[in-house]
Amino acid sequence: MSGDVAITLRNVVKRYGDHEVLRGIDLDVRHGEVTCLIGPSGSGKSTLLRCVAFLEEHDAGIIRIGGAPLGFDERPDGSRIRLPITEIARVRRNIGMVFQQFNLWPHMTALGNVAEGLRQVLRLHKREAHDRAMAHLTRVGLAERASYYPSQLSGGQQQRVAIARALAMDPKIMLFDEPTSSLDPELTGEVLNVMRDLAAEGMTMLVVTHEIGFAAHVAQHVVFLDQAQIALEGRASDVFRKPWHPRMAQFLETYLDRGASVLLGN
Amino acid sequence: MTWIHVYLLAVGAVVTAGLSVVSITVGLAIGILVCAASLSRAAPLRWAARVYVSFFRGVPLLVLLLLIYHLLPQIGIDVPGVVAALVGLTLCTSAYQAETLRGGFVNIAPGLVEAGRMIGLNATQLLVRIRAPIALRLTLPALVNEGIMILKASSLVSVVGVGDITRTAQNLSSSTYRPIEMFATAGVFYLLLNVIVTRGGNGLGRLLGLPRT
Ligand SMILES: Nc1ncnc2c1ncn2[C@@H]1O[C@H](COP(=O)(O)OP(=O)(O)OP(=O)(O)O)[C@@H](O)[C@H]1O
Ligand SMILES: [Mg+2]
Repeated sequence: MSGDVAITLRNVVKRYGDHEVLRGIDLDVRHGEVTCLIGPSGSGKSTLLRCVAFLEEHDAGIIRIGGAPLGFDERPDGSRIRLPITEIARVRRNIGMVFQQFNLWPHMTALGNVAEGLRQVLRLHKREAHDRAMAHLTRVGLAERASYYPSQLSGGQQQRVAIARALAMDPKIMLFDEPTSSLDPELTGEVLNVMRDLAAEGMTMLVVTHEIGFAAHVAQHVVFLDQAQIALEGRASDVFRKPWHPRMAQFLETYLDRGASVLLGN
Repeated sequence: MTWIHVYLLAVGAVVTAGLSVVSITVGLAIGILVCAASLSRAAPLRWAARVYVSFFRGVPLLVLLLLIYHLLPQIGIDVPGVVAALVGLTLCTSAYQAETLRGGFVNIAPGLVEAGRMIGLNATQLLVRIRAPIALRLTLPALVNEGIMILKASSLVSVVGVGDITRTAQNLSSSTYRPIEMFATAGVFYLLLNVIVTRGGNGLGRLLGLPRT
């Protein structure tokens, strides 16, 4: 396993009943790179991301985070063993996740949301947790909204708090599942800007998105998922310049069309 | 109507408030346990919780109170009426609160728990810091309602000889022959207590980040 690989998937399979949602995925996500996962609805993007977060348990294959197996390991004889819960938690500590629905805790303020992990998991003192949480809110431009409850924040602000909450735990890898899909178009920019800054600072990011512009400009690595398999992957410039894959061309047409229709005010 | 009467009714109001506060809090504690049993993975626990809830929701409170009042001495437990009243009210409200809380837990958006797992909270922390407060938030209006119901239903304890507001008003009307004044004042005391419960619920709601209503 080479040192610059942050996430490795080998032959990862996920089924719901007899419906195969991931059919043997092989993927490497390199350190310090932004990898964008694109593809039509239902192709398995969220499932793949949730497997990497171990919110879903893969049925076969192996997932490694920084070289360490996540959830399951394979014995030399090829049999599969489930790792203990403490080991799962230890490996997962490297990962932060941002959800399409923000998932901020409604009973805590913005500051409370960001400080929660610092207090409960890292066991920092109140003062230090407060200062660190404030620093992360400042970083996403929301210091003056620290005492607001999620219900008092716009969607874009909520998503930025959610990013700060994940970053506060000092993850090595950030996962994003369509972070702007439930936002009004005028609010997507502020979230994408935060993500762009994060990428510029060298954060390793795996991003599921329909924002083709973001993928084209920010990602180093683009993965096109189609019908539960990786249909095409490569450097962003190659994948988008010549979409020789027919499904990819069709997919791009749909999404670029959608962009064009916005431009035309349709 | 003299100040003595008002004073006696106020004493009755303290008894009513005391009965309600104790039965609501102990009922909440039991309700949490019954709710946990009803959501547990063990089928016998779920079954026991279901029987418990159906029984105490199904039997009228008045019948329950009289049953406990007459049953306890029979099995050799000699207790004053107040204890029978407390036991009856507590068992009754615990069943209602268990059901309400269960609804709250079932309706928590799964993503909120997943966000906690990703931050690294363990199972206990997820329960105490995320699931329980959110369930409480979702059920607070129903729980305040339950508080008001118990406050009013506690007037039934007069049948087991407890000197609450209603019992005091009954005694005073038969000694003064002025039932209208006595029961009207009793009603005012119930109203005042209900206002306190509602205020308390709003305060708790603010602590849990509920928008002001
Ligand atoms: N919990 C589940 N139980 C059963 N089937 C599921 C479940 N979650 C997802 N699926 C199915 O798995 C397939 C992939 O779903 P997934 O959510 O990963 O797609 P996606 O690529 O993220 O789509 P979208 O762009 O719409 O978010 C879909 O056919 C979906 O219906
Ligand atoms: Mg999805």
